Amino acid sequence: MAINKIVANLEEAVADIHDGAMIHVGGFGTIASAPSQLLEAVSRLDVKDLTLVSNSGGFGIEIWGEHDIAVLHQTNKVKKHIVSAPVNPLIINDLEKKFRAGELEMEMVPQGTMAERIRAARAGLGGILTPVGLGTVIEEGKQVIEVDGKKFLLETPLKADFALIRAYKADRWGNLIYRGTSRTFNATMAGAARITIAEVEEIVELGDLGPEEIITPGIYVNRVVKRTGAGKASDDYDEVARRAAEKKAKEA
Amino acid sequence: MLEKFADKFRLDDQTMALRVANEFSDGDVVNLGIGTPTLASNLIPTDKEVLFHSENGVLGYGQICTAGEGSHDLVNAGGQPVEYKPGMCLLEHSESFAVVRGGWLDYTVLGGMQVAENGDFANWMVPKKKVGTIGGAMDLAMCSKNVIVLMNHMTNKGVFKIVKEVSYPFTGHQCVDMVITDIAVIAVTDEGMVLKEVAPTWTPEEVQECTEPKLIIPPDVKDVQLA
Repeated sequence: MAINKIVANLEEAVADIHDGAMIHVGGFGTIASAPSQLLEAVSRLDVKDLTLVSNSGGFGIEIWGEHDIAVLHQTNKVKKHIVSAPVNPLIINDLEKKFRAGELEMEMVPQGTMAERIRAARAGLGGILTPVGLGTVIEEGKQVIEVDGKKFLLETPLKADFALIRAYKADRWGNLIYRGTSRTFNATMAGAARITIAEVEEIVELGDLGPEEIITPGIYVNRVVKRTGAGKASDDYDEVARRAAEKKAKEA
Repeated sequence: MLEKFADKFRLDDQTMALRVANEFSDGDVVNLGIGTPTLASNLIPTDKEVLFHSENGVLGYGQICTAGEGSHDLVNAGGQPVEYKPGMCLLEHSESFAVVRGGWLDYTVLGGMQVAENGDFANWMVPKKKVGTIGGAMDLAMCSKNVIVLMNHMTNKGVFKIVKEVSYPFTGHQCVDMVITDIAVIAVTDEGMVLKEVAPTWTPEEVQECTEPKLIIPPDVKDVQLA
């Protein structure tokens, strides 16, 4: 039986997400890097008490007809949010409102520490040692370990039940490539969960993605689902690279 | 700003960004924080090769694109589309922070709330708010070779931001090397804060009035150096 990780639709991709699940949500905070269609599919499930791990708390506004992670706060799915950039100066988001109202728990994490805790889960490490956060609120309740006379904080791995990520192209083995800065936490979170689900612009034949270009090996990915609609957020990246090359040729 | 100086000339955001851009040399690896610091990527002379790093996973990007141009798959940490540049490369997030934590950044430029005379730094949360965005600031402030803080010299209400001791939640300890404000450039040294440059029309004594710790004022204080 050949390997085939492609599932028919978004509903099937997220069907087994359950009450109390811990979920990595990929992307940086921009809509183009967010697994926005998977997030919408989860928002339609009858689940509660989720723990989310993400870089951003989201804006909670619809962009190009798509939602960011705030859609899960708006639909009251979340018990706890582990996050690096929960709030932003532009808007008071749903996370901030709910946190202030005492309706959810939040754990604030420096961004590099978050990335490395996630990588540690995928890489089978028992934790990581980082100098970041020493002498700040981040140190509270954590073990300080000295190595060669330098102090570090012990930070534990973040292993989730599910990882929802966004990629550009996938093959049926789950090999992934990304576009531009939309690689971000998507590639970091792949494999750092029991089940990794990738939402992609395009599904290509096995072999179309060359070994030199594959960023995420398919073994980290359990399910691949093709996005519906045009994917407006991403369709201009190649054009930018093309125009840059054109400009360079003109200047030469 | 103090009431008595309210009508005095102050550097605008673009000029502060231009001043910080003047610090960088060929081959420097530089991270620009969200807000005013990001403007500096547009203000580098074309013959200077500075590698701008952004937390979201790009090294060597170009200028911020004109509104409506560029791609949302190539953005800086502020989410602004930036230009593709030959030699640029992309990094997943833990690799992007390996660059930060590993000490590969020559300069980090961050916005600030408070800088103390010993280089202590706070920039992520006003205490009464109980929630703030740390983002990449702690990694960047604690692990870069040089940390430059770009901020207004005082709050709008005339409260000191350059202080004897930080009272807000810490971003990092003794990590700031230089402060560039709307009225001055100050170096943080082992001896204390040294006033290096003042904005046009400002005297060192006036800058001191806007600064809580005692400044070291050498005889050769210059006007702000923009080139």
